[in-house]
Amino acid sequence: MKLTFPHMGYSYVAFKMLIEDLGYEVVVPPEPSKRTMDLGVRYSPEFSCIPFKVLLGTFLETIEMGAEVGISSGGVGPCRAGYYSIMQQKIINELGHDFKILSFEPPQSNYLDFIKKLWMIKPKRMSWRTFIQLIKKGYKKLEITDEIEFLMYRYMPYEINKGDTAKAFKTALDMLDEAQTVDDIEDARWEGIKVLAKVPQDRSQTPLKIGIIGEIYVVLEHAVNFCIQKNLGEMGVYTDRSIWLTSYAEKNVFVEGREGERDVFQMAHPYLNEMIGGHGINSIGEIVIYAKDGYDGVIQLAPFSCIPEIMAKGIVPRVSREEGIPVMTVFIDEQTAAAGLVTRLEAFIDLLKRRREQNADKRQLA
Amino acid sequence: MPVRIGIPRYLSYFSFYPLWKTFFEELGADVITSPPTNQQILNAGVAEAVNDACIPIKLYHGHIMEIKDQVDMLFVPRLVKLRKLGTETFCPKFLALPDLLRATIKNLPELLDTRVDLTKGRFELFHIARDIGERFGASLTTITRAYYLACRALRRYNRLLRNGMLANDALEYMETGCKKSQQVDRDALSIAVIGYPYLVYDPYANMDIVKKLNESGARVHTVEMLTPRQLLREAKKMPKQMFWYYSNRAMHGAYHYLGRKRVDGIIHISAFICGPDAMLGRFMEIEAKEWGHMPFMTLSIDEETGSGGVDTRLEAFVDMLKRRGGQK
Repeated sequence: MKLTFPHMGYSYVAFKMLIEDLGYEVVVPPEPSKRTMDLGVRYSPEFSCIPFKVLLGTFLETIEMGAEVGISSGGVGPCRAGYYSIMQQKIINELGHDFKILSFEPPQSNYLDFIKKLWMIKPKRMSWRTFIQLIKKGYKKLEITDEIEFLMYRYMPYEINKGDTAKAFKTALDMLDEAQTVDDIEDARWEGIKVLAKVPQDRSQTPLKIGIIGEIYVVLEHAVNFCIQKNLGEMGVYTDRSIWLTSYAEKNVFVEGREGERDVFQMAHPYLNEMIGGHGINSIGEIVIYAKDGYDGVIQLAPFSCIPEIMAKGIVPRVSREEGIPVMTVFIDEQTAAAGLVTRLEAFIDLLKRRREQNADKRQLA
Repeated sequence: MPVRIGIPRYLSYFSFYPLWKTFFEELGADVITSPPTNQQILNAGVAEAVNDACIPIKLYHGHIMEIKDQVDMLFVPRLVKLRKLGTETFCPKFLALPDLLRATIKNLPELLDTRVDLTKGRFELFHIARDIGERFGASLTTITRAYYLACRALRRYNRLLRNGMLANDALEYMETGCKKSQQVDRDALSIAVIGYPYLVYDPYANMDIVKKLNESGARVHTVEMLTPRQLLREAKKMPKQMFWYYSNRAMHGAYHYLGRKRVDGIIHISAFICGPDAMLGRFMEIEAKEWGHMPFMTLSIDEETGSGGVDTRLEAFVDMLKRRGGQK
């Protein structure tokens, strides 16, 4: 059985290892490219969001590479993402491919179904104990991938030679990719942190601080959001993003100026008082948190036609006004181009710089 | 002077208006509804609402703008769950509606944003009614009476819809008692118009599709013409229930019409960039193909849609159905 999985940021490192450990052949999904997008757009419903199109495109590409089963995630709504696997299965069947999407629903919604699907994935000769240990190991790798990515964005604005941190991160990721046992992973983690820390830095400047919020897929997948965080880092901006695949980095790494975990749902009150699916309420709550932490601005990333994020966008002006933090919303679809995005980012950064200078002047006068 | 309550003539208005109206009037309030959708409302909505939103949200903003200065209180319920079916809830726009209005519209009167989650218990609707009634200072007897009459009005309204009346005609009939039903004779073409009530029943938003179909000699069937039981019977045909109340209803309705072959074709009315419709529309299209090649057309509507284009497409679709019927 040849297994594949959706491409999401750098998480493929961990999923690849897990599937190989289980003894299946793995088809590593290619990074979303122009071709992925074209395939996805051709067969997706017109108004489905960019994650749907890219995911479908990725599955179609992996089918060409010989994949037979795709692992995906379900959901309980009201975000459409929970219905992706059903729709994609229907579309793939209609195209005449023999491909099965195995979607894992959140276990709370249906324990039996969850266990049944795990049982389907578990090789028959493997004990449940080993199986669970392997999953734990995979999760550990996922956490460490998140951690070194997090460190990259943290060091980037201070680097002296542009591009050094990105190179160091690549080295660290390769090391992690090769690590297979728990001990190796732990070693690779420390090596990776060392490599990143060795990048020459200039700490005399205080960079602008921007928080990145929005819908999980477009925030995580650098191929879809045109490496926005890397771009900002290389422009000398300190970025922090609210969403990670594992919340490991957030919980375990000390972040400058951040006062620990806070409940986004409480923070979103009184602007938004209801779970609206996707990351709608998170977006609102995170803006408040970033404003309280003294960030200079926030960028909201969202796929075009994502209703929860549109609702959030409608509420953002009020939050921005009352909390005093500039917010820029970027909707991403297959028509978005890198140049347009960079121009908008530059304009936004200029605005934030001026704002900071003005505030400093005011403080001096006072 | 009685409290003036404003109810926008849009979104869930087409499903629940008689309930609200009777209830508030029995409590002694004045109910003021916005006028039927018109160009002015559309313009106001487009100007006020967040620009990426779908047309129903824009129209709702327009309706609010139209009546917000004439009323003391606006009734904008936050519909969360009406029944237990999978993880069904409402489209995010219903969930965030009061918050969205507060953030976008200035000088808003007080919002009565009752949270409606009927899955909490059997008498949840009565609890909600009691909470609202107590806000108005009504006694428990008055509230119970109002609640009873309101439920009766809603049942009557639903019965009228099931008998083939359109929402506006049914509401008019309930107010004035004059019937103006006009469905065509039985052996004409029959077409299922499937979509959300706020698109199917608002003649301005959908360029009066239903009337136009009637004029070209076709009977129109909608989801509201089916009983809840008929709809629920189709639920098990879905691999997984959708998450949105109206989408589930539409999909179950589509299955009903597909399975029983009572219609010659299906028209799906959808709003431009409607999130749930992206899934629903494609789902219906695939199912229509699988269930014996039922002719299927999607009409997507936004603020730029002109009636000319819609007319041409409808005519072509009806002609195609007529020819297809002739060949049989």
